[in-house]
Amino acid sequence: MDIFTTEFILGHLNYWLFIILMMTGLYIVISKGNLVKKIVGLNIFQTSVFMFYISMGKVSGGTAPIFPLDGVYDPSVAYSNPLPHVLILTAIVVGIATTSLGLALIIRIREEYHSIEEEHITILEDTVFRTENLPLDGKGGSI
Amino acid sequence: MLIVTAVTVVKTRSLFAIVALSGVFSLLSALLFITWDAVDVAFTEAAVGAGISTVLMLGTLALTSRAEKESAKSNLLPLFAVVLAGAVMFYGTLDMPEFGSPETPVQTHVGPDYLKRIPDDIHVPNAVTAILASYRGYDTLGETAVVFAAGIGVLMLIGGLRRRRINDDDKNSSDTKDTT
Amino acid sequence: MRHHLILRVITKLLVGTIFLFALYVQFHGDYSPGGGFQAGVIMAVGFILYGIVFSLAKAQKVFPPWLVHKLLAFGVLLYAGTGIYSMLMGYGYLDYTAIDPHHPSHGQHLGILIVELGVGITVTGVMVAIYYAFAARAPILSDEDW
Repeated sequence: MDIFTTEFILGHLNYWLFIILMMTGLYIVISKGNLVKKIVGLNIFQTSVFMFYISMGKVSGGTAPIFPLDGVYDPSVAYSNPLPHVLILTAIVVGIATTSLGLALIIRIREEYHSIEEEHITILEDTVFRTENLPLDGKGGSI
Repeated sequence: MLIVTAVTVVKTRSLFAIVALSGVFSLLSALLFITWDAVDVAFTEAAVGAGISTVLMLGTLALTSRAEKESAKSNLLPLFAVVLAGAVMFYGTLDMPEFGSPETPVQTHVGPDYLKRIPDDIHVPNAVTAILASYRGYDTLGETAVVFAAGIGVLMLIGGLRRRRINDDDKNSSDTKDTT
Repeated sequence: MRHHLILRVITKLLVGTIFLFALYVQFHGDYSPGGGFQAGVIMAVGFILYGIVFSLAKAQKVFPPWLVHKLLAFGVLLYAGTGIYSMLMGYGYLDYTAIDPHHPSHGQHLGILIVELGVGITVTGVMVAIYYAFAARAPILSDEDW
């Protein structure tokens, strides 16, 4: 275990923090039954990925990628990499648009099933499925 | 602090508190983006996360229900899967470059090239805007189209368009009833 | 929210400032942080705040839904149209040099402004449209239930 020096740990701490955040989000998504909570979990997951990208673009001692107004480019100044910023900026806005699509779906589900709990919905689905397949036995109720 | 917020979200059962916490989470991450020099991103995250998404989630809560019900599912299997995936990713990070190092592959390819060319090509001081709209114009067009499509999707799901058509149908059927 | 006097007064003061700030972010985006995406979101926040504190009907009187629906399509068309214009002028798709062939950097600058405007319009339209769609549904919970 020679590689775990203080320097190594400090240099990689950010990645481990993203992993913890990402796994928290994933845990919420797969273990909780409430649909709104699932969306919040997805958001946490998403934000951890954003942080991962932005942290890769960071240069120690660098500054924000905005040039001085006179347009003179000084090569000695280190700028952080603007490319991840561009990707994530658009991703955030797309993220909120898709989140709202998910919320709209939740509202429609609530209107059909009167519930936003996954287990309850599954039970209802089952009953609907059974009643719809009854006519195959012969006389059963028609729909 | 971010992790504390996230873990609290797991534990809390009141959906109202969860939505408030997700707003807090967004603001904290915006602060983090500022310390990493991504001012544009921090700006967007603060406006979107703390503003719009909180309003939309509260709107959803008002339309659905406010508290989470107790789940009968076992938590062990998800926990196991999550820890396993986390461990695999942890193993992956051991080969990753140090945080903030200027020698990483990210810093040695396209990014610095853009930084060198922008003052000559475009004369726009904010490099993020220049890349967003010019070098990566196709990407941004695609993103705008995705936002547009999501908006249309929401309108079709819960917007007034569908209801109006149903009303029209009702009117038509009542009209036909009247005539017959 | 008719009984919250402080909220109503503060909102009246704030909404104008928010719009002004959104326009600043939109058109100053190439000098300082900001751009179409942020400006669109801030602009939409202005309308949403107005809609929450006053009523949805009042907000829709200021910014009617049919206009929102037209605008959110118009933004994308503006963006794509810029590309088609540069194609017609004999350059590549979305090559802003076409706008001002004698000063390529001026053309780039103008092109970025136009495209960002398109993005801003679409984002505003989509966000406001989504808010209208959510708010138009009758809520199950009343104010006191929270």
